[in-house]
Amino acid sequence: MPQQAAQTMIGQANPTAIMFFVAFVLSTLAITYWAAKRTRTTKDFYAAGRNITGFQNGLALAGDYMSAASFLGIAGIVSTKGYDGLIYSVGWLVGWPIIMFLISEPLRNLGKYTFADVVSYRLNARPIRAAAAAGSLAVVITYLVAQMVGAGTLIKLMFGLPFELAIVITGALMISYVLFGGMIATTWVQIIKACLLLGGATLLVILTLAQFGFSYGELFSQAEKMYTAKFLEPGGLVTNPVDAFSLGLALMFGTAGLPHILMRFFTVPDAKAARKSVFYATAFIGYFYILTVTIGFGAAVLVTQKVIMGIDKGGNMAGPLLAEALGGNLFLGFLSAVAFATILAVVSGLTLAGASAFSHDLFVGVIRRGQASEKDEVKVAKIATVGLGATAILLGILFKGQNVAFLVGLTFAIAASANFPALLMSIVWKKFTTYGAVSSIYTGLAISVVLLILSPTVWVDIVHKSEKEAVEKQVKGIEDGVKAKIAEIEKQKAPGLDAAKLAEIDASIAAEKTASEPQIKEAKSKMPQPIFPLKNPGIYSMAAAFLMGILVSLMAPDKEAEAKFAGEKVREYIGIGAED
Amino acid sequence: MSSASVKKSAVEILDDEDFKSLHSQKNTISIILTILELVLYFGFIALIAFNKPFLAQKLSPGGATTIGIPIAVMTIVISWVLTAIYIFWANSKYDVLVKKIKEKLIGG
Repeated sequence: MPQQAAQTMIGQANPTAIMFFVAFVLSTLAITYWAAKRTRTTKDFYAAGRNITGFQNGLALAGDYMSAASFLGIAGIVSTKGYDGLIYSVGWLVGWPIIMFLISEPLRNLGKYTFADVVSYRLNARPIRAAAAAGSLAVVITYLVAQMVGAGTLIKLMFGLPFELAIVITGALMISYVLFGGMIATTWVQIIKACLLLGGATLLVILTLAQFGFSYGELFSQAEKMYTAKFLEPGGLVTNPVDAFSLGLALMFGTAGLPHILMRFFTVPDAKAARKSVFYATAFIGYFYILTVTIGFGAAVLVTQKVIMGIDKGGNMAGPLLAEALGGNLFLGFLSAVAFATILAVVSGLTLAGASAFSHDLFVGVIRRGQASEKDEVKVAKIATVGLGATAILLGILFKGQNVAFLVGLTFAIAASANFPALLMSIVWKKFTTYGAVSSIYTGLAISVVLLILSPTVWVDIVHKSEKEAVEKQVKGIEDGVKAKIAEIEKQKAPGLDAAKLAEIDASIAAEKTASEPQIKEAKSKMPQPIFPLKNPGIYSMAAAFLMGILVSLMAPDKEAEAKFAGEKVREYIGIGAED
Repeated sequence: MSSASVKKSAVEILDDEDFKSLHSQKNTISIILTILELVLYFGFIALIAFNKPFLAQKLSPGGATTIGIPIAVMTIVISWVLTAIYIFWANSKYDVLVKKIKEKLIGG
């Protein structure tokens, strides 16, 4: 709708946004320069010298987790779907308490740089590191591609930059942060981004609520008036309880299997700080989602759905449009720059986690069998950073215009199925063996990937897209035909007709409807069917990974690993011997 | 790596009364809180799946806000409160026991 687009600066080169963004880039590059001078050892590169405080790490964890997709996407879903968007946002938080209760302290006490350190603590390191690296890289690459494609699209929408250029800028900056500044620079980029995002969203919420006399009740009343009571009730998001449960499991335990999140636990000095950082992160992330939901409802009322969806069907511009409506071009520019910074920070964290899976797990652990100098290790990590960055740029451009939303679901399914079960079992279960761990990781990985490909999200929506659309078109054609006929018959309803005649007309309308039903049914029967019925495979892939790990461990016990469990347990609970 | 020499072997430490108490307390609290979080979130999802009319009720007659809105927000807030409970327990009990055991093994 061009007349609506003309009222907004969105989609045009916005000097204010560019100015704010350049300021962000310059300050983060200055930090990278400062960090580069402090990055000498592997401990500096992977773990920021373990000098990050619990509070700082809480902010950085929140920075790693709060992506532009959640900021723009959740506000968008809430503004277009109302309450269903709120349901969606809750799922993203509930994994954090699980991380704290089950893995935060053992992870810090047992690990060094990657979660594979923990899984392989008393087991045979080589096969486990290879498997864990596969799990980590699968998560990192799928998530990275999803973020990159999202970044290109959003930056194009917000700044009017071409998609490819946006991706190249994002990729180049993320490589620079990680390559030169390692974990120190990445952490501070996350912290700055988290502060900007939380600050910007808070300001937007204050401006929004000011329009409603700081009353949520008033905001919801207006929303109800504009979009009926349905807008504030659960709608069609949860129709299949099993599917909802499966997605819930993947979100909850997937968070505890994301390598870039797990890696942050090694940047703090001890287990106490690790635990504390989850407490802060949960607070920041929960607060952020409440803000985002408010922004979504505010945008629905103040900007209106018509304008939001006129610019982007998915509603992604709800937040920026609201900022423009309430704070003018200056605020829009600021918020757009913050969204760009958000994307950058998330992809940097992912790149660092991927690079360490390559260098620490694959290169040192598998190829060099644990024997490599720190200098070599950092060198390989840096080469991997450039390689991963280039891959991300290429894949991002390759997937241009594709629907990549399924990749986020895949990321969490793999994290919950390949990484989390092996990590948890290695911490708590004495009889867990090398073969158990390896088969659990590969099973979780393979099953989540295969089932997702066979699921409605990929098999129907992507693989059989043309058939699906043909069926939908046919059904719509039949329905439109019936509607036209009915409208034609309705015209006979002139005022003053007697009741018998009216009944006759209504009967012929009903007859038209009935006549079309078998046609529609027949057309719909040609709809491509998914081979696997659920949208998210989490429930099956996680169960399979646990089961496989348990069965294989029980079938071939490993007495040596069992004997070492005492030492692991002591270190896990009281931290004696933990990396400092 | 450990800077101080540990006076007991790992197996001996596992038999230590304080360690046993630490171990069982930490496991109990972790399991209870994890179950609470699971019940909280999947309870919320179950409400949406099986009792939408409940969530669609108005909070106050004449108002627009549905019960579902504070329930969703409370799911987020309670999740955070559970982490706070864990922190409170860990700071007051766990750390104290860890310190005690460490002193006994290394410092004391």
